[in-house]
Amino acid sequence: MTTTPITAGTPAPPPDTSVAAAASPLQVLARVAATVWSNTKARIGVVILLLFVLAAIFAPLLAPYDPSSTEFARSQDASAGHWLGTTAAGEDVLSQLIQGARISVFVGFVAGLLSTLVAVLIGLSWGYVRGWVGDVINFVVNLFLVVPGLPLMIVIAAYLQNGGIGMIILVVVITGWAWGARVLRSQTQSLRGRDFVTAAVFSGERPARIVFREILPNMTSLIVGNFFGAATSAILAEAGLEFLGLGDPSTVSWGTMLFWAQNSNALLTGQWALLFAPGLCIALLATSLTLINFGVDGLSNPRLRERRKVRK
Amino acid sequence: MTYALRKVGLLILTLWAAITLNFFLPRLMPGSPTDAAIAKLSQNGPVTAATRKAIEIQLGVPDGNLLSQYGQYLKQVLTLDFGVSYTFYPQPVADLVGQALPYTLILVGFVTIVAFVLGTLLGVLAAWKRGTWLDALPTLGGSFASAFPYFWTALLLLFFLGYVFKIFPTSGAYGVTNVPGFSGAFIGSALNHAVLPAVTILITSLGGWILGMRNTMISTLGDDYVTFAEANGLKPHTVAIRYAARNAILPNLTSFGLALGGVVGGSVLVETVFGYPGIGYLLLKAVTNQDYPLMQALFLMITVSVLLANFIVDILYGVLDPRTRK
Repeated sequence: MTTTPITAGTPAPPPDTSVAAAASPLQVLARVAATVWSNTKARIGVVILLLFVLAAIFAPLLAPYDPSSTEFARSQDASAGHWLGTTAAGEDVLSQLIQGARISVFVGFVAGLLSTLVAVLIGLSWGYVRGWVGDVINFVVNLFLVVPGLPLMIVIAAYLQNGGIGMIILVVVITGWAWGARVLRSQTQSLRGRDFVTAAVFSGERPARIVFREILPNMTSLIVGNFFGAATSAILAEAGLEFLGLGDPSTVSWGTMLFWAQNSNALLTGQWALLFAPGLCIALLATSLTLINFGVDGLSNPRLRERRKVRK
Repeated sequence: MTYALRKVGLLILTLWAAITLNFFLPRLMPGSPTDAAIAKLSQNGPVTAATRKAIEIQLGVPDGNLLSQYGQYLKQVLTLDFGVSYTFYPQPVADLVGQALPYTLILVGFVTIVAFVLGTLLGVLAAWKRGTWLDALPTLGGSFASAFPYFWTALLLLFFLGYVFKIFPTSGAYGVTNVPGFSGAFIGSALNHAVLPAVTILITSLGGWILGMRNTMISTLGDDYVTFAEANGLKPHTVAIRYAARNAILPNLTSFGLALGGVVGGSVLVETVFGYPGIGYLLLKAVTNQDYPLMQALFLMITVSVLLANFIVDILYGVLDPRTRK
């Protein structure tokens, strides 16, 4: 089993000595942002993502009503008072939708961050060690890669019984770190043989320092890409679990909105807005992250950058 | 040959690990799933000593001997004896799984292969026609569609094609009047019921194949041997298919095995929406009713199927790529 060779186009060749570490983290970040922004698809993604993040932050100000208030007429179609209608319990759909952005953005961010952290810790150490330890990690990672994620999440969630957002994040992290670990490991392995690593070894650096201070900065783009990928699957998984009724059904999120919509027969009452809107938001948010990753891909593989001129 | 033997060894080791994971999962959980299960089961009437024993082997006794439980559990798994279901008491779990399995296997298996072939072809086309609408449409459409939550695509299709326009049936795997069997009427009805779930899985999984193939294909198109083939004056489609695509498909094949887990997970959601009586629908029923033996058996079944599919892909990979056979 091999992964796509990503070694071909590592960004600038790494400096020979660690002393010559030129760019400060801030400059690196600015360069990353500029490369991502130069990609049209990524730019669209950034704009969509920002809209959702703003909606999440200012949800209480933007929502026309209290999202959990049940004072309105039930199962209403769209009207001037309720742009997207009301739910079967008499809540305002638009207010719930805006409130729901909070949960999805939060879960995506936290679960994405945590599983990237696990992936970095395991992937980099795994790429650096040699011998049987590497084989054991290889086996564990492969196991987590092939065991189907959602069924595993469902089973864990069933045992943990309505644990709410914290449980969902935990479950998503447990099932979602393996892919990133494998990608980061193969990159670590290829960087491990470079001269600047050998130089660091000879100058007596500790392995942990070599891995996290010398090798890690060369993989910024992969790690960023992994974060967006993990956040996307976290958002989809969270919505899926809540749709199945395995989260806390009293939280207002896009997944629970669809859970209640299906359970209150919104299909029969014909409230298409209630069915359509939350799913569209999930899809848009997830797409925005995927689009950003088009730009991030260009960081590590210049061949995938958008061409200004046509080749030939 | 050594390659195949190594893969068989790995398969057995992975199967063992998955079975063991399934054993430890309930035992690692806070609280006692066993107590909850027995409390739940006693609502159906008195729990016999044998049933109680079976549950304890599957879910764990708080202060039992782990090793002997593990031995008994392995024996249970190997003899496919998973005890009785609580929800469908007193039907054995193995029977329920056996009834549901064909629906999921046929549905997911068929759709996944169609999605893989179609997506790979579109990916080749997108990479070859890079920068034109033939690239932009599948790439953007694919990445948008693959961000659709499975259950949402399912709900929309069900709403519009099932309820509003009434083109397809809204739930089940065959009509109420049909008796399962090899009759034309039954197969027709079964196919009609499978259309919406199949289309849902196709829409959501297609994008991943397009993007994966497009990206690896773009990488191979930049390789020297492709330039050389072009310089030799070979026909463009020969270069695209015989040179670039042929090499780009290998990494995509590896992801085929891995993506299968995702599709199987998605089918749980899809089956739930359509009330399609496969493994996923049964899993959700087991979960909502805290039917732990059924849940354990289903999870094991799903994992083992995905492992076997991955094994087949690995073997296929060895056939296609001579380098792995060294």
